[in-house]
Amino acid sequence: MPVLDTLNAKFAGAFTTSAFRDNHRVLVSAEKTPVVLFPLLKCLKDELGFDFLAELGGIDYLGYPDATDRFCVVYGLTNTTTGERLFVKAFANDPGPELPSVVELWRGADWMEREVYDMYGVRFPGHPDLRRILMPSEYTAHPLRKDYPLRGHGERHNFPTVTRADS
Amino acid sequence: MPIEAAAPVEDLAGADQEFLYTLNFGPQHPATHTTLRLILTLDGETIVKAVPDIGYLHSGFEKLGEDLDFNQYVTIVDRMNYISPVANEVAWHHTIEKLIGIEITPRCKYIRTILAELARISDHLLCVGAAALDLGALTAFLYAFNAREKVYNIIESTAGQRFHPSYTRVGGLMADISDDVVDLIRDFVKTFPKVHADIVRLLNRNRIFIDRTKGIGVLSKEDAINTSCSGPVARASGVVRDLRKDEPYLAYKELAGSFKIVCGKGGDCYNRYLVRMGEMLESWKIIHAAVENLPTGPVNVDLNDKLTIPDKSATYRSIEGLIQHFELFMWNRRWETPTEEVYGAHETANGELGFYVVADGGGKAFRARTRPPSFIHFAVFPMMMEGHQISDVPAVLGSLNIIAAELDR
Repeated sequence: MPVLDTLNAKFAGAFTTSAFRDNHRVLVSAEKTPVVLFPLLKCLKDELGFDFLAELGGIDYLGYPDATDRFCVVYGLTNTTTGERLFVKAFANDPGPELPSVVELWRGADWMEREVYDMYGVRFPGHPDLRRILMPSEYTAHPLRKDYPLRGHGERHNFPTVTRADS
Repeated sequence: MPIEAAAPVEDLAGADQEFLYTLNFGPQHPATHTTLRLILTLDGETIVKAVPDIGYLHSGFEKLGEDLDFNQYVTIVDRMNYISPVANEVAWHHTIEKLIGIEITPRCKYIRTILAELARISDHLLCVGAAALDLGALTAFLYAFNAREKVYNIIESTAGQRFHPSYTRVGGLMADISDDVVDLIRDFVKTFPKVHADIVRLLNRNRIFIDRTKGIGVLSKEDAINTSCSGPVARASGVVRDLRKDEPYLAYKELAGSFKIVCGKGGDCYNRYLVRMGEMLESWKIIHAAVENLPTGPVNVDLNDKLTIPDKSATYRSIEGLIQHFELFMWNRRWETPTEEVYGAHETANGELGFYVVADGGGKAFRARTRPPSFIHFAVFPMMMEGHQISDVPAVLGSLNIIAAELDR
């Protein structure tokens, strides 16, 4: 892809690439993400025309064969003029996984980042309003992590009871 | 009595706060149709701020996707968008086939295309009908629902189920369609233009409908792209993008000549309504072209590929079929998948429905991430709503076609 050549010239050595079927991917490792990820995405958006953030989702690689980093956020970018697609995979590790927020590049990332935070506990510094979106705010765990059991830790049964008198 | 000096500006700002009124719209409200909660801050009738609150269903779709195999998960995918479930199934199995790397048969492609388009029509009919109902036009809703019933009849005759058919399988379909179904589809193709024309006559130049939708909930083209909107919502704002044309899948490449992308300019509720109405006619053309050119041949990929569930006669009467059935259903056998990940996207009724599947070599997805269109469109809702009246809420909600099950994980 010509896009990857441009990226290589600008961010030499900061990422690796891979491809499978028609999905081209740019992988940014956990050591490089704090410095490289935001400029790389900004370059993709402003200079290379990837103006549409089609998808942003988290993955927990705990127990995955040959995985080295634990958390990953996938940015599915689309160029609405040419129809090209590119996936940027950024990794983060325990404890306190963090990735820079991209809300100022794409406003569509707002709820999607909140969802990743809610489900995986990955924080996004720079997000204007990073709160839980699906689970109640009293919830302490992150349900889509691989070490979270299917039947839950029992949080639901331990919620404080609100009676009619104090509501 | 002497005239008093006007109060300083900062004091007024503080006083204003006291007059603001908070209204909880939903989760159960006749105009929200599903469990949607909106926290509206009102200044009289004007909406100062709208905050959508989601997460009422707790359905756990994605966690279930990591626990069910590729064929079982289709029953869950159905329930994500219960207005057009077949389109979700087609999208899910398209992604899995892309992951495994198999090409489905031509007949299967055409049947899936027809079903996906029928799903689009039924989704748009409900959306347009319900939006009209909320704005006081009951007749259009009844017409739309009557037409939807015909789509359900077709799906019932193909899959045996009306609402959640679970009709697709990896590498094919649960069963081939019979000649009766083809007749039903032809009948639908014959009768649908009249229904469409009736709804157009009722709404397109209806004074009340236009007054309540034109200029309401405007979304500019730049905002639509920046907020990740897709489907009719983006196209009504002038984004010329349709995955059926841009990244053709199924039989859309062969049928590309039979349909166009419908676009609007205004980006308001009326334009979204017009785009949906236009798209229904384009879908009708696709169905017409597909059913007249329906290829013959098998619907499932070859038995030797060891991917599809063999049909009952093969399971019961041949040893190969029996072995393959066991291989697919015993929990320690199942498929082998590449240790890879893949993103497959379809243009469903509401927009881009994508699945990001990570496989670890086994028969289940290691991670089954869904990119649901309604989730993203609902995030745009506060932006559209500010400054409008409270009576515009149903109009905007109806034009965005928010499905509550898609808002959850």
